[in-house]
This record gives sequence, C-alpha cells and structure tokens, in this order.
Amino acid sequence: MANWIINNGFPALVWMTINTFLFVWYYLQYDRDDDFYYTRHLLGSALAWARAPAAVLNFNCMLILLPVCRNLLSLIRGSFVCCSRTMRKQLDKNLSFHKLVAYMIALMTAVHTVAHLLNLEWLNNSKLGVYGKLSTALSNLEDEGNETFLNPLQHIEAVSPPAESKEEPFKGRASMCPLYSQDPQQKPIKFAFTSIAGLTGVVITLSLILIITSSMEVIRRSYFEVFWYIHHLFIVFFVGLVFHGYGRIVRSQFNTDDHNATFCKDRPDDWGKIPECPIPQFKGGEPMTWKWVIGPMIIYVCERVLRFIRYMQAVQYRKIVIHPSKVLELQLRKKGFKMEVGQYVFLNCPSISQLEWHPFTMTSAPEEDFFSVHIRSAGDWTDQLIDTMQKLPEGAMGVDGPFGTASEDVFDYEVSMLVGAGIGVTPFASIMKSIWYKFKECDPKLRTRKIYFYWLCRETNAFEWFADLLQVLEKEMEERNLGDFLTYKLFLTGWDQVIVHFDEDTDVVTGLKQKTHYGRPNWDKEFDQVRKENPASVVGTFLCGPAALAKVLQKKCAKYSDVDPRKTKFYFNKENF
Amino acid sequence: MGRIEWAMWANEQALAAGLILLAGGIVGVAGQFRGWEFASYAIAAGVFVCLLEYPRSKRAKGTSVERTGQYCFTVCVKAFGPVTRNYYVRAFLHAALCVPGGFMLATVLGCVCLGIASLIYLAAAVRGEHWEPILPRKDTRKPVAESIKSPPQNPPPRPPPEIRRKQAKDVEGAAYDNPMSVTDDE
Repeated sequence: MANWIINNGFPALVWMTINTFLFVWYYLQYDRDDDFYYTRHLLGSALAWARAPAAVLNFNCMLILLPVCRNLLSLIRGSFVCCSRTMRKQLDKNLSFHKLVAYMIALMTAVHTVAHLLNLEWLNNSKLGVYGKLSTALSNLEDEGNETFLNPLQHIEAVSPPAESKEEPFKGRASMCPLYSQDPQQKPIKFAFTSIAGLTGVVITLSLILIITSSMEVIRRSYFEVFWYIHHLFIVFFVGLVFHGYGRIVRSQFNTDDHNATFCKDRPDDWGKIPECPIPQFKGGEPMTWKWVIGPMIIYVCERVLRFIRYMQAVQYRKIVIHPSKVLELQLRKKGFKMEVGQYVFLNCPSISQLEWHPFTMTSAPEEDFFSVHIRSAGDWTDQLIDTMQKLPEGAMGVDGPFGTASEDVFDYEVSMLVGAGIGVTPFASIMKSIWYKFKECDPKLRTRKIYFYWLCRETNAFEWFADLLQVLEKEMEERNLGDFLTYKLFLTGWDQVIVHFDEDTDVVTGLKQKTHYGRPNWDKEFDQVRKENPASVVGTFLCGPAALAKVLQKKCAKYSDVDPRKTKFYFNKENF
Repeated sequence: MGRIEWAMWANEQALAAGLILLAGGIVGVAGQFRGWEFASYAIAAGVFVCLLEYPRSKRAKGTSVERTGQYCFTVCVKAFGPVTRNYYVRAFLHAALCVPGGFMLATVLGCVCLGIASLIYLAAAVRGEHWEPILPRKDTRKPVAESIKSPPQNPPPRPPPEIRRKQAKDVEGAAYDNPMSVTDDE
C-alpha cells in the first residue's frame, strides 16, 4: 500500500484533492445559497448530499474514458520528451487509474442515489401535506398562471385509491402495479420511471452495476468476452448520463431580490398579496454533465477509430520460430511501425478470438527492419497461438502499439548495470541488441562503454533463446576484440543440485562462456567489482523485476556511491519496463 | 480462456443485488418511508441472498478462487443439499424474492438486479451447471505399493554387550575386513 502510494502518489493525490474540493464546494453551494432556501426547506440537507456527489460524478465520468485511450496516451507521451519521468510513467499505469476512478463513480452513485431516494420521499410527503404549512404552500405552486413549480412531483391526489368500477375486470389489480397505481406510496416509483431524470437514473445505475459485476477479476480472467461485451454498456451509461439532467428538476428561486425568503417564509398565505412577498419563482438547473463529458467522448471515439485503422493495416509475417520449451518467436513487419527499446505491443489473432488483445514486450531492437516478440505458453490464448503458428497461420494478425515508456536512459550512462529477473529479462533483449547496433554504427547518442548484465532466474527453462542471444553477442564482441564490452552473469536462484564442471570452458547448463552462478547474487560483491573496474564513472542501474529487488539495489547504489568526483557514482533508475 | 460458467457471473450479480436490496431496505426503514414494511422485507431478503450467494461454487474446469472466510458459509449452504445445489431452484427463488422489492422505490433497484441474477442463473441451469462446495483438500496418503518391503523387524546382529565394550577400547581389534572394496580407485 505504501509502495503504491509512493509510486502512484502524486497524481492520485491531485485527483483526490480535486474530488474533495468539488464535493465540498458544491455541498456548500447547495447548503448555503439563498437561491436554494425553499428547496432546502422541502429537502433538507439531502439536496446538498445529492448535488455534491453529482459534481464529483461529472468530474470522474470525464476522466474515466481517458486512461483507456492507449493510442492517444502514446501520442502525448511522445510529446513529453522533455518532461519528468514520473509523468510519463503515470500514463502507463492507466488501467489502475481507470479502476480507481470507477470505484469513485460507484461510491458517488451510491451516495447520490440514497440522497435522491430521501428527496423523492420528502417531496412526496410535502405534496401530500404531511409537513407544515410552508412545505404544502411551496409544493402547491404549479407551472401555470404566474406561478412556477418547485416540487417536481405533480398532480398527486391525496386520497385513498379510487373505488373499483364495475367495468374493471381485474378489480383494482392494475392499481397494484406501481406505474398505474394511484396509491401515494407508489408515487416515487412512478416518478422514477416516467421522468427523464428518474428513468435515465435507473437505467444508468443498472448499467453501472452490470458493468461492475462482470468486471470482477474472476469473470474477467475466465471469460473475457462477457467482460468486454457487458462493458460496452458504458455507451448506454454515457448517453443516459448526458440526458439525466434534461428534466431540470432541481429547482432554485430566481427572484430572491424581490422575495426575501427569511421574511416571507412565515407568511405563505400572503404571497402575491403583499408587496414584500411576490410569489417565489423557480427555475430548474441547466444540465451541466454534457459540458464535462463531451470532450472525452469525442476523444474516445477517435481512439476507437484509430485502433480500427491500425488494425486494418497489413501485418506481414517475416519469420516464425519455435524455440525450445514451447517459446514462439514472431517476427513481423508493419508499414510505418516505429518502436523504441523496452516497448510493448498488443497482439490479436482473429482465428483464435476476435476480441482478445494481449500485450507482449518487444524483443527486437529499433535498428532492425522488423519487430519481434517471444511468446511463452501461459494460458489458453497463448497455447492456441503456438498451435496455430506451428501449423502455419492462415489469417493475418492484428498489432496495436507500440506502447510503454521508452527506456532510453540506458544509453546515457558510460557504465550500465542491467538486472533482469525472470520474465523481466525480455526488454533487455531489445536493449542489449540496440546498444550493440548503436555501438557498431558509432551512434553519438550512445555513451555506454561497458555493460554489466545480471540475469536472475529460477531456471533457464523457456529462456534458451535469450541464452542464445547472449552467446551471439559474446561471439561478435570477441571478433572485434571487445570482449570487455559486455560482462554477464547468470544466477540460477532455484538451483540446488549442482554438478559443476570446472574442467570445461563453457558451462554445462546453458553453454554460456562465463560461468553460471548458483543461488542469488551477492550484491555487495557485484557493486564492489563494478566500482573497482570503473573508478570515476557514473554507473546507471536498471532493473526489470520484483519490487523487493528494487529496494535492495537502491540501497546498494546509495551505499557504494561517493560524492567525490574521482570515485564511482551509482544511480538507480526506478523505471518499470 | 475457457467457456464461462454462467453461474460465476450470476453469483457476482446476485451478491451485488443482495447488498443493494439490503442498502435500499435500510434507507427505507431508517427514513421511515411510505411502505417501510417492504423495506424491512428487503433487509431480510437482502441478508438471506448475501448469505446464500457468498460461498462461491467450485468450478467445473479450472481453479476456483474462494472468497475470504467462505468456508463456514459453504458448510451451511451445502447442508441444504439438492435445494441449493440446483440452479433452477435458485433462479426461481431469486425471481420470487425480488418481487416485493418492486413496490417501493428504495428497493426497486435491488429488485431489478436480483431479477437479472435470476435470469443468468436460469441460463446456467439450462446449460447443466450446478453448485459444488469448495472444500479443503484432504491429503490422502498413497497406499504403500506391494513391492515396498516392510522395514526390518529386528535390529542387525550384534555381538553381546561385553564384547562390544571390549571393542570400544580396542579399535584396531574391532576392525574387520570388508567383503567388497569401498574405495573408488577403480
């Protein structure tokens, strides 16, 4: 929790501050303004308790569409090159933010609904003359002559249900149904289902509930189609939301200059008869929601159009390779596709599922004329994909992307320590290939002169392809007499039965030239070695792995850094690939 | 992504409906609304639905994820046997339970949600699904195979105690020749 706050802290804090501000501002407005004096007389504080969440709902419904516009976010991220890293990283935590906003919408909907339940009940009672003289007088104002109404519940007969007529075949059964009943108990339901605000309110709340129940993790993970289809009820939600305020039933008094409520409230019988108290006039509040949500709705439509266009762009298969341990490598080409190191794409295979898009980190370097992903068997979709590719695919794949923070900082350091744990090693394939390409072409952007790569995994199963990559790089570097450029160590953290052949040059387990180490790395030793070999250098440390390891590395970086410019300095980069 | 068991979604929807019915009922009673009797019914019905729906069913295919602390509820629900096992019963039960909620605005949302849950349960029942309790796995020890001989009943033959004591003092004399070589020079 604390970790989450630190990582996501600042934007969430800003968001929460805005929510609190909106709530308090609108609460006070409806609770204190003279315009709402008479409205408050009928409704009490339930008025403010309904309007304040409404404002927060407007704000959050505006926000909720934005985090899922991944193509748009990519564009923005691209233009934030100068801005702080935290800003860019925040844009990548889109789904968590989407869920957070959704929870807030659900909570505020609950408060708003309960407040309106109270409102309708009290309006009903006012109309029936249950409360005092003032309430009855206010409720009796109708929209005719020189009057404007305050109480939106109109035309109630304050009598018991009418006697059954002889022609009535069901003997008053029709009056059992709330929509046809004259029973005052049913008036709120009648209003709910016949007024714009009521009907849209019920419909959108129902949509929201269905969306939420089908978005629970068990449902999402088991049957994505149900989650995705039901989630499209958000269209109903937004349409209903925009029309929700069109009835203008929240009424405020607009002739407060002529009619002072404090003086006139005790004299309802004199209204319109004495000069100090003309009949109070009311008008409904204008619908405001559309102003909040119209922008994001248009943006979202553009996002879907863009996704569709990208989907239609042809993706060609360049090469399909099946590696040991059922790892599929797909090399694809797409016109106009530009990637950067460490980014990911979404893949879609229509022959398996029309709707599912799954993210994969790219393992190719930007310098290559294709992009590649390595896919492991990790569930139904990936299993089916591997099977389809083995039989040679018939249809084309859909590719959306690239997305994600570009990990370009790796090129800025003279010395880089790259730590990849488990599946976290994948972006480093892209990074190391790119570094090597840049080095060969003497790219001025590349300042790296030495790389230390630490690969941690329980076993190398499913990563043989990465071991091959390291071997290839190692060979190329030796050919150019640059054996020192890359130093790598593989740590098999799950290995307990060890048969180590010290006689042979290459290691038995993975065929890597440098020896494999068993057990976790001793970071003190590693940092010490780096420091000794690189005095007076700035070393950048990059991790793709668990948060616990990040804490350890950060501590070590602090420990082994020295302010003295003649000594080594370590910088830990918190980026999550 | 396996085929969905509709009961999974019906369960989430019904649980949500129970909570909404309960909340609406509480508002109706606390606010002393017209028709508060329906609200008090809604509280009872809401609690009942929540208790019935809290324990998740075991999935026919795949791993089942329990809700926190659902074991005691599982035991209670299991005790009713075929009544709670069958989803047709649940579908009609929820349909019947939701009707009185429709007579008062505070509970009408709970009524509609429960009605929808009832429809999804009907779909689940038509597809032949049923409720299975998630019970803690009992580790059955594998029966010992025939070929494993029972451990020796008697200790290995040893010389009598007096001679063993003598051997402890005289290590050289106690040594004996191995029938087979135990060094690895070969």
